Amino acid sequence: MAGTAVRGRLTWQVATVTSVRRETDSVATIALDVPDWPGHQAGQHLDVRLTDEDGYSAERSYSIAAADGEPVAITVERLADGEVSSYLTEELRAGDQLELRGPIGRWFVWGPDDGGPLLLVAGGSGVVPLRAILRHRQRTGSDVPARLLYSSRTLADVIYRSELDQYGDGAEVIYTLTRSQPPGWTGYSGRVDAAMLARVAWPAAEHPLAFVCGPTRFVEAVAGNLVAAGYPAGRVRTERFGGT
Amino acid sequence: MRRERAEEQDRVPPGQHVTRDFPVLSAGPTPHTPMSDWTFSIRQGGSTLKSWTWAEFQELPAETVTVDIHCVTSWSKLGTVWRGIPVRTLLDQVGHDAPYLQAFSDGGYTTNLPVEDVSTRPAWVAFEYDGQPLEPEHGGPARLLVPHLYFWKSAKWVRGLDLTADNEPGFWETYGYHIYGDPWREQRYAGD
Repeated sequence: MAGTAVRGRLTWQVATVTSVRRETDSVATIALDVPDWPGHQAGQHLDVRLTDEDGYSAERSYSIAAADGEPVAITVERLADGEVSSYLTEELRAGDQLELRGPIGRWFVWGPDDGGPLLLVAGGSGVVPLRAILRHRQRTGSDVPARLLYSSRTLADVIYRSELDQYGDGAEVIYTLTRSQPPGWTGYSGRVDAAMLARVAWPAAEHPLAFVCGPTRFVEAVAGNLVAAGYPAGRVRTERFGGT
Repeated sequence: MRRERAEEQDRVPPGQHVTRDFPVLSAGPTPHTPMSDWTFSIRQGGSTLKSWTWAEFQELPAETVTVDIHCVTSWSKLGTVWRGIPVRTLLDQVGHDAPYLQAFSDGGYTTNLPVEDVSTRPAWVAFEYDGQPLEPEHGGPARLLVPHLYFWKSAKWVRGLDLTADNEPGFWETYGYHIYGDPWREQRYAGD
């Protein structure tokens, strides 16, 4: 139906799963072949629609895990009582099809022209759109300095760890583990607070651009602390998730 | 997949699911405006037609209402209880014939609405949720409450209304969301 689509309208289309990669016990990355995908920007999301044999359907929004120009992928965390996330992370297999539309959102996005220095702060699966931004930065050869501060419960909950550990070249990844730390852990411990941000975040005088994504309480705390540290509110872009 | 309870089904628009939580959707940090600085203003063409301080606002006749709310990110929350001033009561205090408005908020957030959607249909400036002062993360001290549209139209941290001749897109509308946002017609994104 691409030929008849209204320009700018997001039409539902059928995507085919090309792979499902388990990231952690509860998180999987689903790579998708979307024939009429119009392209996306790092940080955007898409909507997935599942419909059962009786016609009951459910929609959810998921951040796109891929950089601009890469094949579409989403990284999904299985939520307790999550009817859609359970299906996506547990039952979906390569070759399966699902309906989606997107990309959605033009605010929580970054490209090299947006500059920096770039501060990315992730809580849990809030790392997904920030991973897309880091990949986009690297693929474009951008020299904008970037730091990702990534809060997880335990080391086993860290998503994309092997990929994130490879960054260098102006992109720094700093972890904090809130629940437990392995022996010899050299990263941070505990929740992201004002003191941690004072050590990790770019000084406000450098005119940084911040992207914060995670659960509501996490984003509230981090964004509030960044503003208190002198970041103008307009330079702190947030995306939150909560509930089911 | 799970189904909503039978008595809830006809209250849930297409593509929505019921949540018992109260998720938050915001583009940036939560603003904290001192109550001594808070005003609610109705403006048109750059001039202020009427402005209320917090104390004056509290003198207006408030209503307690129970409504269902529907967020564009696909959650709906049924039977939420709010207290606030009907927008109609505010508009009635100014002479105007504007067809549209932009609600404006602390933090620079705006959203556009046809005036009749807040004057002839139920809509409020709400300052209590569930019997308590509205928390900042949910839009306190006061937010718009327009339950028949997707919830981004219920602007958080609202500080007033700009009456306009044209239907000028607000913040989310500029970034790809629908100009009107009727959940029953699933008007989530531009062009829906």
